[in-house]
Amino acid sequence: MNRQAQAAVLFLLGASLLHAGTTDLYLRYVKAGLQPLLLASGAVLIATALATAWYEWRRSRTLHEPEQQHQQQERHQHQHQHREPRVSWLLVLPLLALILVAPPALGSYSATRTGTALQEPVAYPALPSTGTLRLGVADYAGRAVYDHGRGLTGRRIAVTGFVALDHDGTPYLVRMALNCCAADAQPVKVGLAGRIPPVLQPDTWLEVTGTYTPRVTRDPVNDGPIPWIEVTEAKPVPAPRDPYDETWNT
Amino acid sequence: MAITKAPPDEKGSREDEAREPRRLTSSLALTLLLLLMVLLQGPLRRALSAPVMQSWTTVFVAVVVQALPFLVLGVLLSAAIAVYVPPSFFARALPRRPALAVPVAGAAGAVLPGCECASVPVAGALVRRGVTPAAALAFLLSAPAINPIVLTATAVAFPRDPEMVLARFVASLLVACAMGWLWHRLGRTDWLRPPTHAPHEGQSKGAAFWDSVRHDVMHAGGFLVVGAMAAATLKAVAPESWLRAAADNPVVAVLALAVLAVVLSICSEADAFVAASLTQFSLTARLAFLVVGPMVDLKLFAMQAGTFGRAFALRFAPATFVLAVAGAVLTGAVLL
Repeated sequence: MNRQAQAAVLFLLGASLLHAGTTDLYLRYVKAGLQPLLLASGAVLIATALATAWYEWRRSRTLHEPEQQHQQQERHQHQHQHREPRVSWLLVLPLLALILVAPPALGSYSATRTGTALQEPVAYPALPSTGTLRLGVADYAGRAVYDHGRGLTGRRIAVTGFVALDHDGTPYLVRMALNCCAADAQPVKVGLAGRIPPVLQPDTWLEVTGTYTPRVTRDPVNDGPIPWIEVTEAKPVPAPRDPYDETWNT
Repeated sequence: MAITKAPPDEKGSREDEAREPRRLTSSLALTLLLLLMVLLQGPLRRALSAPVMQSWTTVFVAVVVQALPFLVLGVLLSAAIAVYVPPSFFARALPRRPALAVPVAGAAGAVLPGCECASVPVAGALVRRGVTPAAALAFLLSAPAINPIVLTATAVAFPRDPEMVLARFVASLLVACAMGWLWHRLGRTDWLRPPTHAPHEGQSKGAAFWDSVRHDVMHAGGFLVVGAMAAATLKAVAPESWLRAAADNPVVAVLALAVLAVVLSICSEADAFVAASLTQFSLTARLAFLVVGPMVDLKLFAMQAGTFGRAFALRFAPATFVLAVAGAVLTGAVLL
């Protein structure tokens, strides 16, 4: 790859990082806290591209004198012995994937292949005493399994997540929990019982309203505990801005 | 597709030097490639819409996007050091006796932030400027594992196990020094092909700085993509039950993660997060992953062979692997 092409790849890479960082696109892949670093590195990549193009342009201007041209060629030969890395062509792949494809956040496919990552919560913050309880999937699951549903019994509970169907068709409400990037994302699952919608499309986001049930089953993948919820109402909702649950990041 | 495009590129750019502008240059190849992909984006998206491919692409993009800021940071710092710190400084700063220079150089790795991709060229420059190879190699091994950026990333990735940071520091420094001393005892200079390339001579400092940044990002970035593809394939295709089966046996677990570190070739600034996600493994096994990864992996092997010669890399990498696993297990037994 010659210098101009490298400058172009660096520029596009920087621009696509800036694009991902300034929109919510980056939240599909990495944690929210990485945004400033993403923007800074995008800017540095663009600066590198501009500097490369600038020095390349200056060099091509000095090429006119024949003696220097000779030197220049010698240096080029030298660089070819050193070999510009052919592996750099691969940098085009993430570029294309990010700009053209922009793959969605991890969904039901990963969720059903990976065991539930429910961890015992460090503490159980007090719940509001009236009204519908709005809980995250991991929060509900943690309280249901490790706190035996204390404070949940008899309450109307609303939980939001996406649908995943097991091999045998068991419906789960899932939220992926993430530490750093999607490569380490792991699902937390809650089983759906009661009045579930007749047709469940995997990966659709639902806000499920229901009540606590003491039923707990084991995840077939890793034997992790899966609590259940007795559904009274389920309505489709748009995917949240940050598709991942980042509460374990702190 | 990118790989098949590469050969015409090199041929093209060489002919470009011969000033035959009608031939296919890599700029033209790149333009054509991008244009083609934009035109084919419909079929491309459809091909990637299967759940496996989708999850593969997501993990692939995620690993690259996550590692790029750290890579850029390391490359910037390494370029600044390579350009603005005179090489003679390193020769003066190290003790004359090699046996003493090894631990000093190993510890010096802590103040030179960067990932393994950056430390290979720096170590090559050190050898060229007369630093004893044993010390330069200790630096090569320790720098990517024990610098502040990597240790911070490790602390962030293991919020519940802060002792992991200490264990990683101790084990990596230990193995780096052991390899340095081993080279001092057994190493032969004719295994080592001294690097002849002097990239920054006859350039202004600014030009040298940006040239170093450009080269390192393109080079290390390419290898990062290879690592990301391997990681995504493993995550999307290999059933979790394999890793679970390996995790059940403590000895197999350590070896499995050590091999995984070699195969995945993840940048040392990002590997802690992958290790943290391998929750079914013991902390010692994950420590082995973190100690082996920055010292021996596929991309590092390729870079070492390129810088120091294949005869060197073929001896150095296996010895480092064995010592790194042993060091990790020892440290794990004491600290974790």
